[in-house]
Amino acid sequence: MTVQVTVDGRPTKVPDGATILDVLRGQDIDTPTLCFSDNLTPVNTCRVCVVEVEGSRTLVPACSRVAEDGMVVSTATDRVRHSRRTVLEFLGSSVDLSVAPNVADWMDEYEADTNRFGPNVATVDQPVKVQDDLYIRDYAKCILCYKCVEACGVDAQNTFAIAVSGRGFEATISTEFDNRLPDSACVYCGNCIGVCPTGALMFKSEFTMRRQGTWDESAQTVTETICSFCGVGCSLELYVQNNEIVKVLSPLDHDVTSGHLCIKGRFGWEHIQG
Amino acid sequence: MYAVDPRRTASAAWADVWLGIDVGSDIALANAVGHEIIAQGLHNQAFIEGSTTDFDEYAESVERYTPEYAEQVAGIPADAIRQLAFEYATAQTAQLCWTLGITEHHTATDNVLALINLALLTGHVGRWGSGLVPIRGQNNVQGGGDMGALPNKLPGFQNVEDDELRGKFEAKWGTEVPATNGWHLSLMFEAMERGDIRALYVIGENPAQAEADVSRARRLLGDLDMLVVQDIFLTRTAGMADVVLPAAAAWAETEGTVTNSERRVQRVRKALEPPGDARDDLAILADLAGHLGHDWGYPTAEQLWDELRSLSPMHAGMSYRRLEEQRGLQWPCLDEQDPGSPFLHGRLWAKDPGDRGRLAPFSPVEWVAPADELSDEYPIRLTTGRRLDSYNTGVQSAGYSSPRRLGESLDLDPEDAARLGIGDGERVRVISRRGSVEAPARVVGGLRPGLAFMTFHFPDDVDVNTLTIDAWDPKSGTAEFKATAIRVEKV
Repeated sequence: MTVQVTVDGRPTKVPDGATILDVLRGQDIDTPTLCFSDNLTPVNTCRVCVVEVEGSRTLVPACSRVAEDGMVVSTATDRVRHSRRTVLEFLGSSVDLSVAPNVADWMDEYEADTNRFGPNVATVDQPVKVQDDLYIRDYAKCILCYKCVEACGVDAQNTFAIAVSGRGFEATISTEFDNRLPDSACVYCGNCIGVCPTGALMFKSEFTMRRQGTWDESAQTVTETICSFCGVGCSLELYVQNNEIVKVLSPLDHDVTSGHLCIKGRFGWEHIQG
Repeated sequence: MYAVDPRRTASAAWADVWLGIDVGSDIALANAVGHEIIAQGLHNQAFIEGSTTDFDEYAESVERYTPEYAEQVAGIPADAIRQLAFEYATAQTAQLCWTLGITEHHTATDNVLALINLALLTGHVGRWGSGLVPIRGQNNVQGGGDMGALPNKLPGFQNVEDDELRGKFEAKWGTEVPATNGWHLSLMFEAMERGDIRALYVIGENPAQAEADVSRARRLLGDLDMLVVQDIFLTRTAGMADVVLPAAAAWAETEGTVTNSERRVQRVRKALEPPGDARDDLAILADLAGHLGHDWGYPTAEQLWDELRSLSPMHAGMSYRRLEEQRGLQWPCLDEQDPGSPFLHGRLWAKDPGDRGRLAPFSPVEWVAPADELSDEYPIRLTTGRRLDSYNTGVQSAGYSSPRRLGESLDLDPEDAARLGIGDGERVRVISRRGSVEAPARVVGGLRPGLAFMTFHFPDDVDVNTLTIDAWDPKSGTAEFKATAIRVEKV
């Protein structure tokens, strides 16, 4: 079964059930996304992927809206560009997006000016939470996209150690009773790090190297191998710099665990380096 | 989802129902489930008649295993057993998954057969979503067996004692392969005891800490004329060796493949240069062959894999190119057009009886109690297992700092702790018929009175395997790590 949709004036046939984002990716139309991940259920919080759909009063999120037969989609109208620019400006003025992949390029593309609200704008700046040797939480970089909450919950780990607490500008990702991470329900699978789009959740190794000024992505290799710790067969992407593993991710499109790991696979590699 | 486990583990908490079973009573439970399914007429008559044999013998064997009898043996209420039987038999699809709680018993193979009987009884096998799933504890337990690291099999599960199959390997390798089955681990230790094994070459295993009744294992290893250990660590076993060959870590420092629990062969790749003198296992073995007068050259992992494919039909279709493109293939994969096999035994459902091949036999099995009996002197059942953030004897997992790690402890049920007057955190002496250790007690939920738990992740601190019994299953050679009789004393 296929449906016919028109994207920026070009008609195209796509499989039934495909989202607008699937269609745009199929046509190599660059679409910013922050709260979307291939291995999570869309939650539509960031609104940076919005497109215009003929007949729809509001802009629609491309990541979750399913393409319908006869749908006419526009991705480059002033309304779309203005909305994306405003979202990026709101986020960029209040949150530290300095290590968020791709965001700087989107800021240029949509001519976002994060200084337009003036110098005294409220931010979510706060101290980094460093509570163990495995990963850190830097909520000055958090855009509340919910991806970590989803990965901790029904989309992957079913541990439910974190949720959004508070309202409005005070909203933050929190453990139960805001306990320190080692005293919380966290099982340290690190699946939240795997999906975080802004570096708010980061391997301690990466955090330390960035502080020391030794983090150098251009000097890193990424090698896909299989975790040694059990019989599930999770794929690991080993990020290696100077012959040392500096972080471990897992490919989202691998059907064994769709990018998710456990504490041993994600953090248990130190035994092979001095 | 039912979790049948002596302990209320995280999986049990997640399941719809937890059945807290007494350690070592699995066959009594499985046979009672079979009894109930037959008594209620819920067995799959058509499947049994068309695809299995020996049903009558099985039905007769489970006749005495009433749910009430199993309640006496296993400690699970008869009504809960009836409910399990009903839900398993009437489910559209159902899987029986197990790990070492089934196999680390002196009745290991019979435990597995008891589960296979249930799958045959209900037809929950050979169909998408239904089956029998042994979950493996390392990334290549399955692959080790696939590659013939078993005393009676050549690569691809081809019988050593089959002249034609063995002849195929002899022709390819240009050498004679011993024509009789070898020894599994437990028989090897017996052979050491008799003096029939005087030299041992251990690759990637730490028996001086991992064996049941480890004091005996250490004595036998120490009595050898020569011990060679090839490992990525200087383990306790390596510390006893005459020669240590430092190896590269296969999963991150070498090329090759591993096979996971679902029979999926996947590529491991070299991401790091190994430290110091550590070398790829292949290079070490090739050098050793050279010193023994055989020039193997230095074949690549892919060249060796291609040789394997030429000898093992179930791997024949798995070229490195396909393994990489498809991120792994599940055996059997007979040729390069074969997409691999997500599940086995589908043949049992073939429309034409002639296509079903060898029918699946029921195997009647009887429950036998654990070898290490409870008594007035040793009244508590100790079972050992793993924790999420640690791994076996701890040599790998000790390398990273886990906020969840508590170290070794004797976990006790609150009732037992109160009866013995032991407080949380108090040091206790744990005594079995073979040895004793000291450890802090932890009073925890999730156990039941009479049941205690320890890991074996910290053998340098607490040598738990001095307690365990090496009574082993005559068919698989696996020792009964899961059932030790102990008493606990305050220190």
